[in-house]
Amino acid sequence: MNKRLKETPSQTAGPYVHIGLLPAAAGIEVEHHGISSRTNLEKGIPVIITGVVRDGAGEIVTDALLEIWQSDGDGKFHDGRKGFARCHTDYDSGEFRFETVKPGSVAWRDGSPQAPHITLLVFARGINMHLHTRIYFADETEANACDPVLNAIPDGRETLLAKPDAKSNNSYRFDVSLQGDAETVFFDI
Amino acid sequence: MASDTISDYYPRDRSWHPKGLTPAYNSSVLRSPKRALLQMPTSLSETSGPVFGHNFLSEQDSDMLSNAIVDGDPVGERIIVSGRVLDENARPQASVLIEAWQANAGGRYRHVRDGYLAPLDKNFSGYGRCVSDEQGNYTFRTLRPGPYPYANNGPAWRPAHIHLSLLGAAFAQRLVTQFYFEGDPLIKHCAIVNSVSDPAAVDRLVAKLDLENAAPFDALAYRFDIVLRGRNETPLDAGHGR
Repeated sequence: MNKRLKETPSQTAGPYVHIGLLPAAAGIEVEHHGISSRTNLEKGIPVIITGVVRDGAGEIVTDALLEIWQSDGDGKFHDGRKGFARCHTDYDSGEFRFETVKPGSVAWRDGSPQAPHITLLVFARGINMHLHTRIYFADETEANACDPVLNAIPDGRETLLAKPDAKSNNSYRFDVSLQGDAETVFFDI
Repeated sequence: MASDTISDYYPRDRSWHPKGLTPAYNSSVLRSPKRALLQMPTSLSETSGPVFGHNFLSEQDSDMLSNAIVDGDPVGERIIVSGRVLDENARPQASVLIEAWQANAGGRYRHVRDGYLAPLDKNFSGYGRCVSDEQGNYTFRTLRPGPYPYANNGPAWRPAHIHLSLLGAAFAQRLVTQFYFEGDPLIKHCAIVNSVSDPAAVDRLVAKLDLENAAPFDALAYRFDIVLRGRNETPLDAGHGR
């Protein structure tokens, strides 16, 4: 058995995370490398996901940065940057907004299908190590009922369900609660 | 999932990383989950990740001494920061996107929300990025950032530090961290540093003076090696995923 190294410890992304990860949001005019709030996936139904991040006092967090990673509508992950997107919560309203497609089904470890989901990471001042969760879709009732990850959540699975927006086609709402009664389920993967 | 808890990556040692709630760092109090993280094995959603080739960046991207010049060189102590990205199995990690951000030599960030009284440097943005090479090596040229004050249960000071974001081959390897500079007396007073409780882990966040790599009559050098999570190579692993 080889000697395992220890992972470099995490440190908070801090309040100025935008400089490095979304420079335009910090006010820095540079050529960025195409990372935006769009996943640029082509296959699948276009969807918009918006939400806010709340802290344990119910206050809206205006300095969070979020990243998503997902398959396309056929359940395929792409070799490249398609499927990855990054955005920040608005400095005033606290809203974030991703433009993507509804993902397809990705196989679980035993080959059985998982319900459509998007991996979501949350970074902010005060978060010592990024939080890892998943966005599922509330209107995928049947697939959700068979999903091995959702079914392993003892309490709080509803916090992972993005709700269809009644007023707007293909728009979903996904609020993140860092702490408190409606605390989002976060994973140690 | 109880029957299948072997994951594709070694589990994270949560006593080595900072805990979520570290009250001495005030911002963590309301931003840390109260419930324990739920353990979940990986699937392709976590063992895959975006791939960033070498072609989309120029050499200037990793050169913060020149990538924001308006009318002259930025002010401060010129440094070269280099190191190697390995995984827990000591394998070099190629094509890792490394994004860096930092304050200028006076401790001021070029950010719409930083109002610290130290002046901005119009020739310095504090923004750089690079992609690790086939051997996992990376290099930045920059300025040593200044320490700066922040509000934390009263006034406090951050030691000089540079933020790093790493996107490796798998989303499961995602890491955002900060590194500090050998010998900085502020390190031991910093609540954010001390969110890491093991002194050996803190030491892993301290870049070491690297005189051999200094550019003569130009720039001092520091070395900061990085370890990302490694694939679980215990015999029980069925080699699932890619």
